[in-house]
Amino acid sequence: MKSKGKSYYLIPYYLWIALFVIAPVLLVVYYSLFDLDGKLTLDNYVNFFTPVYMRMMLNSFWYAFLITLFSLLVAYPAAYLLTRTKHKQLWLLLIILPTWINLLLKTYAFIGIFGTFGPVNNFFDLVGLGEQQILFTGFSFVFVSVYIFIPFMILPIFSALDEMNLSLVDAARDLGASGWTTFRRVVFPLTISGVRSGVMAVFIPALSLFMITRLIAGNRVITLGTAIEQHFLVTQDWGMGSTVAVFLIAIMALFMILTGSSRKGVRG
Amino acid sequence: MRNKSKNKNGIANIYLVLVFLVLYAPIFYLMYYSFNSGGTMHEFEGFTLDYYREVVADTRLMIIVINTLVIALLSSAIATLIAIIGALAIQHVRSRRAKNTLLSLNNVLIVSPDVIIGASFLILFTIVGIKLGFTSVLLSHVAFSIPIAVIMILPHLQEMSLTLTDAARDLGATRRDVLTKVVLPIIKPGIFSGFFMALTYSLDDFAVTFFVTGNGYSTLSVEIYSRARQGVSLSINALSTLIFLFTILLVVGYYYLNQRKSRPPMQIAEPVAEAGVPR
Repeated sequence: MKSKGKSYYLIPYYLWIALFVIAPVLLVVYYSLFDLDGKLTLDNYVNFFTPVYMRMMLNSFWYAFLITLFSLLVAYPAAYLLTRTKHKQLWLLLIILPTWINLLLKTYAFIGIFGTFGPVNNFFDLVGLGEQQILFTGFSFVFVSVYIFIPFMILPIFSALDEMNLSLVDAARDLGASGWTTFRRVVFPLTISGVRSGVMAVFIPALSLFMITRLIAGNRVITLGTAIEQHFLVTQDWGMGSTVAVFLIAIMALFMILTGSSRKGVRG
Repeated sequence: MRNKSKNKNGIANIYLVLVFLVLYAPIFYLMYYSFNSGGTMHEFEGFTLDYYREVVADTRLMIIVINTLVIALLSSAIATLIAIIGALAIQHVRSRRAKNTLLSLNNVLIVSPDVIIGASFLILFTIVGIKLGFTSVLLSHVAFSIPIAVIMILPHLQEMSLTLTDAARDLGATRRDVLTKVVLPIIKPGIFSGFFMALTYSLDDFAVTFFVTGNGYSTLSVEIYSRARQGVSLSINALSTLIFLFTILLVVGYYYLNQRKSRPPMQIAEPVAEAGVPR
């Protein structure tokens, strides 16, 4: 009786799940089975396993890996030091603030900074390195992506570090562990959940960035995201685009299983 | 030991300062050159407000700004309403397994890469026959804002003691009364942060919108993208300065409101990281 009255007002939410969560995935899988002429075929999957796509996939993974690694290397110490500051909530807010500035604007800034006459090249000139081509390289792509992702890596690590019981660190030190040992055996394992969410928050989007590759890497770097965008919006080959998307979804699912089952409890 | 940590503090502070410097440098770089009469993002020639005049006089841009705000406000409001329902639904499910399934389904759009959301929504709208433009953009923004709002509301529902609703029922409150007089007031902070997050998501979104806008319709990020692809134009700098100021105002206002409620801001910040997806 109780559930009867309930079911009515729950409709919009369940409708949303059906229409915007389940249906899109099914549609992508369905479309991956059609070629350009609308014929039912497995050609797209065959195509995907050709060297062109395989290289792109490896490329995409390699870059996503680099971006994640460098973000982590920069973010972990930063998060750690942030927990030690006096007004840590305020500092944290200042870390988050740039994420509220449109991603494209920040990317656009780097067109100027890395440009031929930009400050970085001026600096290179000054120290005698001469002018370098920075824009439109893999390096600039990784740098800008890391820049964009750092706050998303800092946040979860910060929370994990903040929740950590500091007396455990003291205990380790009292028992004679060195700073490095304490970090390796106590601090890092205790904050691994934060690292995990940070890696997840960076790795998956990094696989699919296409605007940064377009603006900064000048089509030098082609990722799975670029390929999907290209197929859907430029060549209109939705079938092939969907096939790439299917693989990206599969990789994502696999990745989530590997990095410690579900996020069931975003809270609780 | 204290002495040692003091020395360490020096290096620590330098590192932090460096991180902040890198985080903010591009933003201030953009702002600085928005006043450059030279027309480039290098070699500052002289101070000018020309690019600001250009931005304000650009009616097309102003229409796009209005579009963006309308989409953001409307989609967040609708998304928050549906998210309240969603949070209640998740809360009411008894079996643990069903609850986890529902939560996972809820989070699919949060963890999905934007390209996939955009591409799959494009297929969906095309199949259903929705014309690309205002409606498709609005629907997508509602769709990807719902899960984040649910996540903001849910913890407040979970914290709520069940005895409260039971007591209300025992005292003769109808179901509607329980909802409007007990539950909603308790989860109000969650509803507000959900709305705010949805708003920032919507304002920031590029990738999804890029897929589902038709030819005539554009939002700010899509417009910035197409302008940035054509190279450096200082009106983008001026625009970004204005957006930056607006964002700061928004954030400071939000922070202030939160402080007054004496809720630690981390509460709000954390799901951002969970979400993680720069849109």
